[in-house]
Amino acid sequence: MARLSRLAWAVAAVVLGLGVLAGGLEAMGYDAAPALGALWSGAFGSWYAFTSTTLVRSVPLILIGLGIAIAFRGGALNIGAEGQFYAGAIAATWVALHVAERPAPVAVISVLLAAALAGVLWVALPVWLKLRFGVIEVISTLLLVFVAELLVSLMVLGPLQERGHIYPQSDAIPDSARLPLIGGTRLHAGFLLALALGATLWFVFSRTWWGFKLRAVGLGPRAAEVSGRIDSQRVGAAALFLSGAMAGLAGGVEVSGVSYALYPNLSPGYGFTAIAVALLAGLHPAGVVITGILFGALEAGAGAMQRDAGVPAIAVYVVEAVIIIVALLATAPKGGWSGARVMRRKRPVASKAA
Amino acid sequence: MGLSRSSDGTLSRVPPVFELIGIQKRFGSVQALDGADFTLRTGEIHALLGENGAGKSTLMHIAYGLVRSDTGDVRMNGVVRRIASPRQARELGIGMVHQHFTSVPALTVAENIALAAGWAVVPNQLRDRTRRLSERLGLPLDPDQRAGRLSVALKQRLEIVKALAGDARILLLDEPTAVLAPAEAEELLRVVRAFTEAGGSAVLITHKLDEVLSAADRVTVLREGAVTYAGTVAGQTVESLTAAMIGPESNRSSSFTTVHAGAPRATAKRELIRLQALELSRESGYGIAIRPAALIVGSGEIVGIAAVEGNGQRELLRAVAGRIVRLRGRLEVAQPVAFIPEDRTSEGLIPELDLTENVALGLGLDAPWTRRGWIRWGEARARTADLLQEFGITASGPRARAASLSGGNQQKLIVARELSRSPAVIVAENPTRGLDVVAASAIHARLRSAAAAGAAVLFHSSDLDEVLALAERVIVVARGVISEVSPQASRATIGAMMLGGDG
Repeated sequence: MARLSRLAWAVAAVVLGLGVLAGGLEAMGYDAAPALGALWSGAFGSWYAFTSTTLVRSVPLILIGLGIAIAFRGGALNIGAEGQFYAGAIAATWVALHVAERPAPVAVISVLLAAALAGVLWVALPVWLKLRFGVIEVISTLLLVFVAELLVSLMVLGPLQERGHIYPQSDAIPDSARLPLIGGTRLHAGFLLALALGATLWFVFSRTWWGFKLRAVGLGPRAAEVSGRIDSQRVGAAALFLSGAMAGLAGGVEVSGVSYALYPNLSPGYGFTAIAVALLAGLHPAGVVITGILFGALEAGAGAMQRDAGVPAIAVYVVEAVIIIVALLATAPKGGWSGARVMRRKRPVASKAA
Repeated sequence: MGLSRSSDGTLSRVPPVFELIGIQKRFGSVQALDGADFTLRTGEIHALLGENGAGKSTLMHIAYGLVRSDTGDVRMNGVVRRIASPRQARELGIGMVHQHFTSVPALTVAENIALAAGWAVVPNQLRDRTRRLSERLGLPLDPDQRAGRLSVALKQRLEIVKALAGDARILLLDEPTAVLAPAEAEELLRVVRAFTEAGGSAVLITHKLDEVLSAADRVTVLREGAVTYAGTVAGQTVESLTAAMIGPESNRSSSFTTVHAGAPRATAKRELIRLQALELSRESGYGIAIRPAALIVGSGEIVGIAAVEGNGQRELLRAVAGRIVRLRGRLEVAQPVAFIPEDRTSEGLIPELDLTENVALGLGLDAPWTRRGWIRWGEARARTADLLQEFGITASGPRARAASLSGGNQQKLIVARELSRSPAVIVAENPTRGLDVVAASAIHARLRSAAAAGAAVLFHSSDLDEVLALAERVIVVARGVISEVSPQASRATIGAMMLGGDG
């Protein structure tokens, strides 16, 4: 029941988003039909389009989205995955440029591990601030996004700048550090990694004590502590670390599988879009894979729409924005700003005791 | 016992400033007030006494417009008034100090007062106005200090200044000294006295009999929503007031059946809980909850803790249950321990989860369906379905969300879960709070049979009746001191001990 209505919400969100996009295009004097047609064919029009643009773009969204699902389930609001993504990309590039001599599997694996580790390090400060001083992670993780972006700029103008010292980007990483491509497309093995991690998390969430513990802490930290004897803080910290690792890994996969180099604006906001991906999926791993592909399709189709119908690609953000708003509506806690209404409903006879 | 409404002496010539007449109030199935009268006169401190649930707070909430009475009149200076909101109450000159702090921690003292009194927020003016007010009241406060940074005593002072800011002539104080150290409490009572000497009138809700006897002019005692005594304090004693509060022992209408285990206790009891020189801090970190104490509870024993809220029983129970780990002294508790926490929906279970998940939450990795961190939900669900049947829990099934259950069934689920781990020790806080008689006695029966099967039960109830009905042995915790109650002790003796007397 609950799952069905969630699916209905998701479909409604997409349809509504596309409808708003079409209406907006018409209102601004574009022809909506060819634009939407270009959007579709850019995303799903051919096997090549589907694998090499849609799925390629979905990989970081799925990886980060899975991490967000871990964090949000545990009640830790990691908003700064974009920063952790960049931290991962920096570490991946740095390691990749230093492992050229190694055999390919070793090189790729060390690149990805370094990326995940960098993501963990990037949330370490927010975790410490939260545990030590109660600083809310929403703020601290978000602010570290800007730090990470500046760090990328610093790197590509300094220690990681390409040999010619002209462009603000790194050298291309050696072949040994690149993820293998799948069957003549531009889709890389990172997609399989994302699927495998999604499946693993599905098991962890549904079958393991840790996955259950995570959800209990997210829904009722007091009860988890008192009745479940669970260390809520520890679980919350682990959730943040893991989500940081996933976002860092996504950064490494992007460098190792798509860009083969580090440069600013490597991510078109994957870290933020992934939050919508995870929320729309109801924090369910299988859902994250599906919504990740959906958002990948939107971004892939946006390029085609600009090319073939002359509609600016950013128009697609209208669709994403509508979907995010509907997803938030579907998952919003009931009640107003203070939550007072919720409390009143829960305790109808609060003033009974003398 | 021999108490009648006595004449009111000299004060009877003073006209009543505020009257509540024939107040009835029902909450669901609970008759909170049953025709209660209350008369407040100019210049007096009037104590309002009663057990938990006797209706004291409800009566004052009606006076302050927080709760509407079903029937009955409110009169001010003889004129019938309708007080529909706290705002109206303030306009009529009634101020209230609540049991819990109501200041906004992030705002300054001056801003909090402005908020309560409806002053315009003009920073410099506000500071001066606050300073003048607090000096006039004899309650100095730093206007620029953030409320959250004040000590407990100063927070309480701020509450009083807030209540009096709107030129209140009537002050309602709901257990104002409960959170204060003795010296601070005396200071507070002096302030209230100064207020009444200046022509104000104050109602003091309290549990502390010595406070009534030393500070109040008159006292109204409530029991089960009705007035059992109203009159001067002069001539009253701790014993007479306790009797008015808890009623004569013989014809008391008890909602609990007393069934003492018929089987003779095993002669060599195994000691399952052992405390030696145990010392505990308050959960809030402020002050001492339990002073060095010793206690032994053996197999098959049901020990009830009689105590007034905030005297350290909560910390004691939670330490025994293993939920408080910072302690000094020795504490040995046989495992496994079952714990039934006070607050069902925030501590006992997670309303958003289903019944199976809530059972799994409590049993954790000890449950038979978990192995090396994996959970076999099918097994957990089957076991939960068994528990629902075994404990007579009304629910659509093990997949029902806990939020969909009634309070009684939620509590039964918690008890079922905790007893299903075959505990050696059972710790319970108010195990039947808010439940009807049937549900409550079902839970009592479960606890009794667990004890009969060899468990040690240690529980607290804020309802003395429940303690006396369920426990075979009663201990009192008052101001952090644990004392044993002799089996012959009367209800009045226990009441006096709970209030810090020597019994």
